[in-house]
Amino acid sequence: MSTLKTEIRPGAYFDSIVLMQLQAALAGLEGIEDAGVVMATASNLAVLEANGLLPEEFSGEAEDLVVAVRGSTEAAAEAALGEVDHLLARRSGEEGDEDYRPRSLEQAARQLPEARWVVISIPGRYAARVSRKALESGRNVFLYSDNVSLEEELELKEAARRKGLLVLGPDCGTAHLGGAGFAFANRVQRGKIGLVAASGTGLQSIACRVHELGEGISQAIGTGGRDLSATVGGITAHQAIDLLGRDPQTQVIVLISKPPSPDVCSSLLAAARGTTKPVVVYFLGQTPPNRQLGDLVFATGLEEAAEIAVRRLAETLDPSTAELVVRSPQQDRRWLRALFSGGTLAQEAALGLRFFLAPLASNLGVEGTIPGSDPARSEGHTILDLGADEYTVGRLHPMIDPDLRLRRLRQEASDPEVAALLLDVVLGDGAHPDPAEHLAPVIAEICQQSEIEVLILVVGTDADPQGIGEQCSRFEEAGAQVFRRLSDAVSYAALRLGRQREASPGPPVALADLASPPTVINIGLESFHDSFQAQGATSLQMDWRPPAGGDDRLLGILDKLNRNGRQRD
Amino acid sequence: MDIDRANQQAVDRLVAARPLLTTVATARDVIPGMRDGLLLHAGPPIEWPRMSGPLRGAILGALIFEGMAETEAEAEALAASGEVAFEPCHHHQAVGPMAGVISPSMAVYVVENPTHGNRAFSNLNEGYGKVLRYGAYSSDVLDRLRWMNEEMGPILASALAQTDGLDLRALLAEALHMGDEGHNRNKAGSLLFLKLLAPLVSEVAPNPASCTRILQFLGDTALSVLNPVMAACKAMADAAHGIEGSTVVTTMARNGTDFGIRVSGLGDRWFTAPAQTPDGLYFSGFSAEDANPDIGDSTITETAGIGAFAMAAAPAIVTFISGKPKDAIHATLEMYEITAGEHGHFTIPSLDFRGTPVGIDLRKVIELGITPRVNTGIAHRLPGVGQVGAGLVRPPMEIFQQALEAFAERYAP
Repeated sequence: MSTLKTEIRPGAYFDSIVLMQLQAALAGLEGIEDAGVVMATASNLAVLEANGLLPEEFSGEAEDLVVAVRGSTEAAAEAALGEVDHLLARRSGEEGDEDYRPRSLEQAARQLPEARWVVISIPGRYAARVSRKALESGRNVFLYSDNVSLEEELELKEAARRKGLLVLGPDCGTAHLGGAGFAFANRVQRGKIGLVAASGTGLQSIACRVHELGEGISQAIGTGGRDLSATVGGITAHQAIDLLGRDPQTQVIVLISKPPSPDVCSSLLAAARGTTKPVVVYFLGQTPPNRQLGDLVFATGLEEAAEIAVRRLAETLDPSTAELVVRSPQQDRRWLRALFSGGTLAQEAALGLRFFLAPLASNLGVEGTIPGSDPARSEGHTILDLGADEYTVGRLHPMIDPDLRLRRLRQEASDPEVAALLLDVVLGDGAHPDPAEHLAPVIAEICQQSEIEVLILVVGTDADPQGIGEQCSRFEEAGAQVFRRLSDAVSYAALRLGRQREASPGPPVALADLASPPTVINIGLESFHDSFQAQGATSLQMDWRPPAGGDDRLLGILDKLNRNGRQRD
Repeated sequence: MDIDRANQQAVDRLVAARPLLTTVATARDVIPGMRDGLLLHAGPPIEWPRMSGPLRGAILGALIFEGMAETEAEAEALAASGEVAFEPCHHHQAVGPMAGVISPSMAVYVVENPTHGNRAFSNLNEGYGKVLRYGAYSSDVLDRLRWMNEEMGPILASALAQTDGLDLRALLAEALHMGDEGHNRNKAGSLLFLKLLAPLVSEVAPNPASCTRILQFLGDTALSVLNPVMAACKAMADAAHGIEGSTVVTTMARNGTDFGIRVSGLGDRWFTAPAQTPDGLYFSGFSAEDANPDIGDSTITETAGIGAFAMAAAPAIVTFISGKPKDAIHATLEMYEITAGEHGHFTIPSLDFRGTPVGIDLRKVIELGITPRVNTGIAHRLPGVGQVGAGLVRPPMEIFQQALEAFAERYAP
């Protein structure tokens, strides 16, 4: 049975056109048979009555708004009345504000609600404040401004990560997002190569070279130069790699940075490998001797990084190393202990492993490794040159006298956190006549009594007096894995023990935020706004001015008041 | 303390207030605290020596009107003697345009807000030309005031007695759709007012001549509804006043010397600084040199979310701020930047029926460096010359800074 429900709003004037629209919208709701929305003039009430929409015993003034609905059920009629405010507030979105230059981000966001990026190029002392507001409004930040403190950078990036948003910068000079260049950017064609760069001109050089080679850029994400520092921890780079990993347009990823902090580096490379896309890495001036690890390739320069990336587009992925990644970092056994008799071999191993194993201790003084606290005891991942002076005082070099290394081997094997042992065996004239004689039994003992993997690098030729084939077989029989090339041993160790990809602590950044063309709110340099418009992107220029007229005291009061309000929420 | 929540509450109360014009009565009988020997004036408190020309003239006129002085000289001596008290209209739930002088015997509009149970008052509009509100006090000015008191006031009271009160909020909402902004342009509102009153006045007027005089007088003045509208805005703003922790500005008023504001969460304390001279267009024969500093309580309209805040609704008067209709829209858009809410009843067709910006948030004024816009008439600096132009003025930033500091002292010491 149908039910009539009415609501009277005293003194609520609306133009009749607005009311007719409301009436039509109400009548269109599910379960509504008829609706009447009028100002309560005598003639309007007569119309309501004729349509059976006037409640009995109605009393109202001409200034009163009457909303009457007849629903098939009481619930439907009730629900329709509940929609009135919402329907009245519904607008076309044309507010005549196209060329108004907003002063506040709130107004800007109202004028361009679809904007996913806020581009900020105002003086650094105000930049963090505006960035915070942009993030609070649910938008990504491209932060061109410099002079933003490291603490503020971390705070902003952590806040962004919690919300699944990006902060590119501070001091981020360039990016290509959704097909448009941000700030300083070259006009390059779109393509399948995605860049993550903590280096502005590095990003530009690679993008240009890719373009020259006839390929193009899917997205190029600048992170700001300090992103890969130990303090910031590569928050943006991690998000960017994850994003490009999911981006269907991106087929090859290039990661460029000055040498990152070792801890950040190992986790970032793990994340890169986790994308299952080819990744080209260029850490300025630091190319490891083993340049390829699975689908990860290290370049020696900017142009080469671009060239490798273009080449990799044509290649298929290398599945051979995928099954090696089995260890999870939660397991108790996770450290590598490498006991070298050859100093240069130890150094080369450290150069190859430092990007993947962290913390990595050594007595080699290699950048990216830390000195061990006690020469007699190892901690974490450790690479030792047992031929170094501190170990050879009063005894022969370990190539001749295996005693020290055997004792150390047993000591390392007794550490329940050790996962693998790496040893070198250098054959040839002058070396021990039969290294396996002493080493193989100890290796066998270790392999039988524990789950430790023993990796042996044998350096020699088939003409050496020890008999290289026999030596290798005896090590293998004892349970060791034998390698004839250092880079193979290093790659194996990096794959087995390198950091595993960790789950992101925040929600993923939406791929839609990279949609083409981008929609941005530009705060600061107007030339960026002009550039966006010239590229066909939608940009809204704000008329930004220093808050509180640049009066720090007043600004301090405002921030204090607003902070107090937030804390007590 | 959650300032945003307090401000939302203030705005909600302001919007929910429903000002009804219920009667016309004698100030002495209805205005709280009104007494013989007290004159109310526009703006923040001020003593005789600092009063500007128009206000001084209006005070002299009121003293003669009350019979407290016979001549100008007597009135002047009395005003300076300290035997007459001067207090802001705003201290007595009242408002008045320009000089805003209300004396005990004057007829006043009574506006009631049944939503919150408060009342507000304003004097009656005298029309154009030589008028008390611009400081004129010649005998024709005083004669007109007497006629308003003796004939028009009582008849309007009887007329209104036939209703449950005229809904001024509904009237304003409709007027905004007819090209008014409620402060400088009240043409549509005044016609609506006349339309509502005409049948009521005809019903109660003792004879056709009396009826004609009153309707003619109301109809001749495109500002006749301004005074009840101001009282309506006062009733709305007062409903938003006194909310603990709110930074919403609930009073903006000028006395011709100082511009003053009060803030919802800061009680009755005024924050004042010298009033500025409006930027505007001048009537033939006048220039900025003739202008008195900003004067009047009519800024209560902007305080309540109309006037310059609703400029986008009144493109016809956009010449006062520059020239193009687009500028009228931008004026209103700018005011959204510093307000805490949007009006639920006052909407602007050209902004797709968006509610007018309402509830000036002190914090936003300071942060963005945008002071409220005020549409205003410009008074001659000499008493009795009258209006010389109209234009735009903004309150001095200083008073918002003072208020913010006081707010921080009180709430975040």
